[in-house]
Amino acid sequence: MVYKMDIITKNLLAEIADIHETPEGAYNIRANGKLQSRNTTANIDIVTKTDKPGIDIIIAPGTKNESVHIPVIISETGLTDLVYNDFYIGENADVVIVAGCGIHNCGDQDSGHDGIHTFHVGKGAKVKYIEKHYGEADGTGENIMNPTTIVEMEEDSYLEMETTQIKGIDSTKRVTKGVVKDRATFIVKEKIMTHGVQYAETEFDVALDGEDSSTNVVSRSVARGKSKQKFLAAISGNNKCSGHSECDAILMDEAVVTAIPELTAANVDAALVHEAAIGKIAGEQLIKLMTLGLTEEEAEEEIVNGFLK
Amino acid sequence: MLELKNIEYTVEGEKEIIRGVNLNIGEGFIAITGPNGGGKSTLAKIIAGIIKPTSGQIIFDGVDITDMSVTDRAKAGISYAFQTPVKFKGITVKDLLTLAAGKDTSVSEACNILSEVGLCARDYINREVNASLSGGELKRIEIAMIIARQTKLSIFDEPEAGIDLWSFNSLIKVFEKLHNKINGSILIISHQERILNIADQIIVITDGKITNVGSKDEVWPGLMNERACSALTEKL
Repeated sequence: MVYKMDIITKNLLAEIADIHETPEGAYNIRANGKLQSRNTTANIDIVTKTDKPGIDIIIAPGTKNESVHIPVIISETGLTDLVYNDFYIGENADVVIVAGCGIHNCGDQDSGHDGIHTFHVGKGAKVKYIEKHYGEADGTGENIMNPTTIVEMEEDSYLEMETTQIKGIDSTKRVTKGVVKDRATFIVKEKIMTHGVQYAETEFDVALDGEDSSTNVVSRSVARGKSKQKFLAAISGNNKCSGHSECDAILMDEAVVTAIPELTAANVDAALVHEAAIGKIAGEQLIKLMTLGLTEEEAEEEIVNGFLK
Repeated sequence: MLELKNIEYTVEGEKEIIRGVNLNIGEGFIAITGPNGGGKSTLAKIIAGIIKPTSGQIIFDGVDITDMSVTDRAKAGISYAFQTPVKFKGITVKDLLTLAAGKDTSVSEACNILSEVGLCARDYINREVNASLSGGELKRIEIAMIIARQTKLSIFDEPEAGIDLWSFNSLIKVFEKLHNKINGSILIISHQERILNIADQIIVITDGKITNVGSKDEVWPGLMNERACSALTEKL
């Protein structure tokens, strides 16, 4: 039993965090609602919260070229794990943060993870935040994830969030909120693939409060089977700023995709743009790859994989 | 190598686009020319399997491929460079060259091919084949895929379009080098005299029919007259 658990944990860690052995730098691995292992460095401290489940990740000002991994693993059926993780990124730090959740549901009860991540990005800090969600199941229980990300960006800071949900999550509602101050930039790159009867909803709400602040929210998704996706992108331009949101979806089988942009410009110098393109794979793309010797199915796979790469 | 027997292609039951084409293509450079809308690209698509003829038979290397899919024809040794290259999202130049070669292509192999079509490899290898590339760049990548495939029959649909900045001589060198490698047929749809110059055989297609076949010296004077006529008609 312990052995099986290890293999599952290892697989999930490899899927969500590209971790094959113990990660370098600071990390906090949470398994089935409990701390499994942790490492801190001279510049990055991780502290367990005392008032609620979760951790504080404190990154010292000026920390450069360091990374933090905080994966969450759930391999018990019927477990719903709720955590609050707060990141305090010191001024002028330049770090990579890798989060992610993997669920292996072997039973018939629903398993879930609701992570609420709050980023306090200090002045001039630069953060790359990578988050991956993955699920697998042997039983009939559903894998449910509802991540919330709150980003507060100080002057001249930069945060790029890469979020991926490719497989095995039956239901997800993602909420991402950002407040962006002077000259700060908030970038989101989302990739989603749903299949079967899965449902994925993502909601972005970015307030460009600062002068020359900017945001770019880009979602690329593939909806297969009878799955449904909903993409909401609200950007408020409250100052001289630029905001762009984009929903680009490949629709297959009997899937349904909804894209709802909401742009509010409250300043005459706010430049806001939304683009949405939803449609099936272009026939000419399939034919081109078939003229290279791929079957129609192989061509479809290649196009989808490239799209989500 | 390639034989077309009485190929007909009719759209919506009325207008014929290809009207009874019989053609025998051997090894070497074959150019297909003729006025726009005459059916050149349609014929190329029929050979590649993208368009199914209404009637007729296509024999490739002694095998009847009339009912073969695009995929099977590609595997049998037919390559087709589109007139308008297709754009993708997320698929890179290297991805396409790897798929075209049918095997994992090393960076240096991919670079060599890209250099042949006049692209500085390092700048392009990881570029996505999307709208950020110019028409000329896409066209050269399209040609590079055919070089990577090295099949017995390579069809190029107006390869010169959009590559004005790259010299014609380089394009012709690509064809010659490819020919030396594959020892097969290169079928080029073109209006350009310089491309017609290298053809062993020129086929003129007008109104869905073959109106002339022969060497450049035999065919060119007739073509010039036709062009002069149509230019004159347009002016009038």
